[in-house]
Amino acid sequence: METVKMTLVQQPELFLECYSVTPDKFAGKSLAEIADLPAHEGKVQWKLGDFFKFEGKSGATAADTKIVVNGDVRRMKRFGQQMTDGEIVINSDADMYIGGWMRGGKITVKGNADSFLGIAMEGGEILIEGDAQNHVGSAYRGDWRGMSGGLIRVKGKAGNDIGTAMTGGTIIIEGDVFIHVLTHAEGGTVIIKGDVEGRVGGQLVKGDAYIFGNLLYPLPGYKMIGTVEKEVDGATYTFDQYIGDLGERKMTKKGEIIYGNIYLKK
Amino acid sequence: MPKVIENVGCPYCGCSCDDVRVTVSDDGKKVLEVENVCAIGTEIFKHGSSDHRIRSPRLRQPDGSMKDITYEEAIEWTAQHLHKAKKPLMYGFGSTNCEGQAAAARTMEAAGGMLDNCATICHGPSFLAIFDNGYPTCTLGEVKNRADVIVYWGSNPAHAHPRHMSRYSIFPRGFFTGKGQKKRTVIVIDPRYTDTANVADYHLQVKQGHDYELFNAFRMVIHGHAADIPDEVAGIKKEQILEVAEIMKNARFGTTFFGMGLTHSDGRNHNIDIAISLTRDLNKVAKWTIMAMRGHYNIAGPGVVWSWTFGFPYCLDLTKKDHAHMNPGETSSVDMAMRDEVDMFINIGTDAGAHFPIPAVKHLKKHPWVTIDPSVCMASEIADLHIPVCICGVDTGGIVYRMDNVPIQFRAVLDPQGLLTDEELLNKIADRLDELNAQEA
Amino acid sequence: MAELLIKNGHVFDPISGIKGDKADIAIKDGKIVDKVSNKAEVIDASGKTVMAGGVDIHTHIVGPKVNLGREMRPEDKLFRGDFRGGIVKQGKRMEMGFSIPSTWKTGYSYARLGYTYANEAAMPPLLAPHVHEEIRDTPIIDVSAMPVFGNNWFCFEYIKNKEIENNAAYIAWLLNATKGIGIKVVNPGGTEAWAWGENCTTIHDPVPYFEITPAEIVKGLIDANEYLGLPHSVHIHGNNLGNPGNYKDTIDTLRLAEGVKTKNKFGREQILHNTHLQFHSYKGNSWADFESAAKEVMDYVNSNKNITVDMGQVTLDETTTMTADGPFEYHLNQLNHIKWANVDVELETGSGIVPYIYDKNIKVCGIQWAIGLEIALYAKDMMRVHITTDHPNAGPFTRYPRVIKWLMSQEAREATLDTMKWKDKVIAASNIASMDRELDLYEIAMMTRAGPAKALGLSNMFGSLAKGADANVAIYDLNPAKMPSDPELIEEAFSNTAYTLKEGVVVVKDKKIVAEPHKYTIWTKVNMPDNAQVMHDIKEKFARNYTVNLENYAVFDEHVHNARAIEVEVA
Repeated sequence: METVKMTLVQQPELFLECYSVTPDKFAGKSLAEIADLPAHEGKVQWKLGDFFKFEGKSGATAADTKIVVNGDVRRMKRFGQQMTDGEIVINSDADMYIGGWMRGGKITVKGNADSFLGIAMEGGEILIEGDAQNHVGSAYRGDWRGMSGGLIRVKGKAGNDIGTAMTGGTIIIEGDVFIHVLTHAEGGTVIIKGDVEGRVGGQLVKGDAYIFGNLLYPLPGYKMIGTVEKEVDGATYTFDQYIGDLGERKMTKKGEIIYGNIYLKK
Repeated sequence: MPKVIENVGCPYCGCSCDDVRVTVSDDGKKVLEVENVCAIGTEIFKHGSSDHRIRSPRLRQPDGSMKDITYEEAIEWTAQHLHKAKKPLMYGFGSTNCEGQAAAARTMEAAGGMLDNCATICHGPSFLAIFDNGYPTCTLGEVKNRADVIVYWGSNPAHAHPRHMSRYSIFPRGFFTGKGQKKRTVIVIDPRYTDTANVADYHLQVKQGHDYELFNAFRMVIHGHAADIPDEVAGIKKEQILEVAEIMKNARFGTTFFGMGLTHSDGRNHNIDIAISLTRDLNKVAKWTIMAMRGHYNIAGPGVVWSWTFGFPYCLDLTKKDHAHMNPGETSSVDMAMRDEVDMFINIGTDAGAHFPIPAVKHLKKHPWVTIDPSVCMASEIADLHIPVCICGVDTGGIVYRMDNVPIQFRAVLDPQGLLTDEELLNKIADRLDELNAQEA
Repeated sequence: MAELLIKNGHVFDPISGIKGDKADIAIKDGKIVDKVSNKAEVIDASGKTVMAGGVDIHTHIVGPKVNLGREMRPEDKLFRGDFRGGIVKQGKRMEMGFSIPSTWKTGYSYARLGYTYANEAAMPPLLAPHVHEEIRDTPIIDVSAMPVFGNNWFCFEYIKNKEIENNAAYIAWLLNATKGIGIKVVNPGGTEAWAWGENCTTIHDPVPYFEITPAEIVKGLIDANEYLGLPHSVHIHGNNLGNPGNYKDTIDTLRLAEGVKTKNKFGREQILHNTHLQFHSYKGNSWADFESAAKEVMDYVNSNKNITVDMGQVTLDETTTMTADGPFEYHLNQLNHIKWANVDVELETGSGIVPYIYDKNIKVCGIQWAIGLEIALYAKDMMRVHITTDHPNAGPFTRYPRVIKWLMSQEAREATLDTMKWKDKVIAASNIASMDRELDLYEIAMMTRAGPAKALGLSNMFGSLAKGADANVAIYDLNPAKMPSDPELIEEAFSNTAYTLKEGVVVVKDKKIVAEPHKYTIWTKVNMPDNAQVMHDIKEKFARNYTVNLENYAVFDEHVHNARAIEVEVA
């Protein structure tokens, strides 16, 4: 795998949209061509080279291309948007839409991520070493097809709207979460290792939530049905199993109703 | 001879009453009397002929004072700054007719900027819920003629929409509701004992911030899980939940009116979203509709106009000039201001100076700030440029959208005496921007 | 004013009977004329197909329901990170949306398809000012709108009391108040029933409280329409749309027009236009044994000259369904569980909106696709069968070129069938695979211009290249002498014109928008004596039941964009 290292040399005055920073766009291009790729600051269209200097080389394909981003890029959005393969490592905080609509490959952020992380993601892997804001692995506004595949792991805490309208894939938040987890979901798994204030699985048709910490305000629409042992994120724990949302429609499979599940660690 | 103008629309709240009678002086410059209108509406008409009205644009001088300039100078100043800014934001439209809102869309498309309306700080969460879950609603006449169960959830029309209950919901006698209030059941769900709760048959004093759980419990009843509801949800006893759910299920025609109590508490859009889900559920067994208690007389307008123009009702990112983008949370005015993401601000027909958080105003104030508004307000007094315009419904007519998206045709009652309408002003700015863009190309 | 001559094109103009012969079309002052001077600007159309500007008889492009569809579907603009419908900027304003385009995109897209006039199929009268605001912002194309009458309380009462004259006078008043063009009926009685959560699924189901049946409503409106002699006939979306077995209700509805004579000065021959017939031609008892009834329905249509229809062709896209048929949208939502909007409108009508995916891998969608095409392929008189997709219900109008391709090429139909997961079941439930008919360009011209214009009573203005018509012309890069063997090239040719002319102005050239001249709002002005009884009834209903004042109800003249009235005299 070849590596392109991009280092910030100029902060944008406002925020910069770095939708061109993906292995797909970099692959097969020279450093000069990469520096010529567009980026928007409001209505002004710049080139990536106006803000970054580039070293190394790109691979022939996205799969062969790794991008390392250095410098403080917390005012830059849309890294890895729609990427299908390859790798991005961001040695900084970064702004919104990291890995939005991502289909494959891997993104690692060494700092914090802002909102809309992995929005409508279909595949691949995102690792955030710090915190994330709101709308992790959610759907775009109005879409009933949220995150459908892949893995998002946030080592820190996250805000609200985790896995809204999720249909598949896995989100792991190792810290605390505020409210709204798997709202409107029709599949997928969210694992929260910290505490959640409430509203887990509201309006949920199908999907599984695992909560290791405290769930402060459980929804009335969940009913405990027993205690189970489950392997979660590489270890086995005992959980109280709740089914729901009993206030939402349910699908049936071979005459049996499929419920969503909340597993609360004992 | 004073003139009487009838069937006048009221430019105050989302009720958009259109039965006002205004008496004006012979020269068309003074409002003498206003009838069929609430106290607040009266004041707006009276203000129209106030001697204190600003009638000329004012530009801030290096010494901080404001100096009168011509409309032409104000248009040039605004167009030049819009052209130069990388990401200008135009926000407001709480008191603007649709013609003005359409002209604003044209202006900001030409400028390549952000365009947003007051919904962003009030019923924006309702838009998010409509995006995600739809909107089973009706016009207010349906409520008047048919409704036998009325729910006010997190809204207090007794104060915010003074004629709502008498014109549309609880009190009027309609086609199938000849007995008026006597045959209607009114349910108020609010953490506070409001003046609206005072006229209700049932008041559910929900625990603040926990409406979502209560909706969830009501939905469990419809989905056949009444037995699984805990003894108390969000501060409401199970028996009372079941009793009220029974009333909802047996309605011939029910309507839920919701307000800021839902949009401004935790979960925001999700509170509305699950209210819509409940409405959907109730239609399996009864007839139910739901409606947002929109605040201003035409705050529904920009959502309507910009949807047909761009496909999005608010939080528009037009910076790419050839296509629009919207994602509240990113492209919403307050979020952008808090993040210092815009470099010019036009406040129109509202008062961001009074309504936005102080850090947001501080960020915006670092950049050129234009206020387009008939009145002196905080936003006009901290602006670099204040451009006065006609008051919609007083000096100019136009189409406005009532809270139920019914278009109401407003009339002018006063002579504008040289003031431009929002539409005229904005189209002149857009014309100038077209010239500047053409020069650049 | 400017003179123009379109030279050497292959002209297809059913109104004047030109069937692809080489002919020159002369234009002066925005009208088709016999000849022009030698100073006329010349457009060389040799090797190209020349037709009148397209006429869409049934489309949902402006107004409250269309716009709520836009508002509630941000994902119709941005779909998985891509801008759905692409990014195009050719005209003055940006173009947004796929299934429910912005008004600007609507006007530009129609013009690029060679269409110059579209008839908005459902205007709720109370919300008419909204419709007219959107017409103003729809560039290039002329637009008219049909107010809905099939669930209107005034009409119910007049029809129940057999007051034909009063009903007609009310309709004339409302056309004037809303600047509407004709009488639209959607799920007669059923939408009023839906205001109580009920429906009328046959033409004999009584409407709650009003003690009237859909059959009586339709009959009453037909009588009023012919009493007034309106340019268009009653335009019906009947009861029980979209349900298996509904073809019987459809034929019941069509029969209501039997024995009625047309009375109009506009050359219209039909008594009833049944719109989006595809949705009304279903056999079977459930979705499991769902089948095409196109044959049964078209047998009736073919043998009854007093009926016209449009297709409502399913295009196999993700789209947005929207109709004044409130109960239908609720039931559709119960099937697909995506978001649902509904707007009941006081005293008049209702509507519903649900996004829908016509997935070629779902059996029912495949059969629906087949039924629409069968309707056209069974047709004997193409002047009476019009191409529509009931935009955006069965698919966006931007797919008309694809529909034309399917109609003109059996190979194209087979290719689409081959992509279907349940191809065999679709074939078993329809006759599409056995139909080898391929329509020609003259027939396409009938279905897209001449026929709809005639059915609307406007063929002296639109859909025609005869002398005196508006100089609306579409020139396609398609040589009838050398038709391409690849059907994809037919679709491509109809997707973007070489030229579109609107009232003699070139608005599209080489597939791009080049001008945005003025356009009209077309409406029907009925001149008849005042009817004191009806005015009294109107005042009373406004005083008691409406929530807007009567004086603010009729659209103010200042809000009607460039009105152009079709006048009707009633003694």
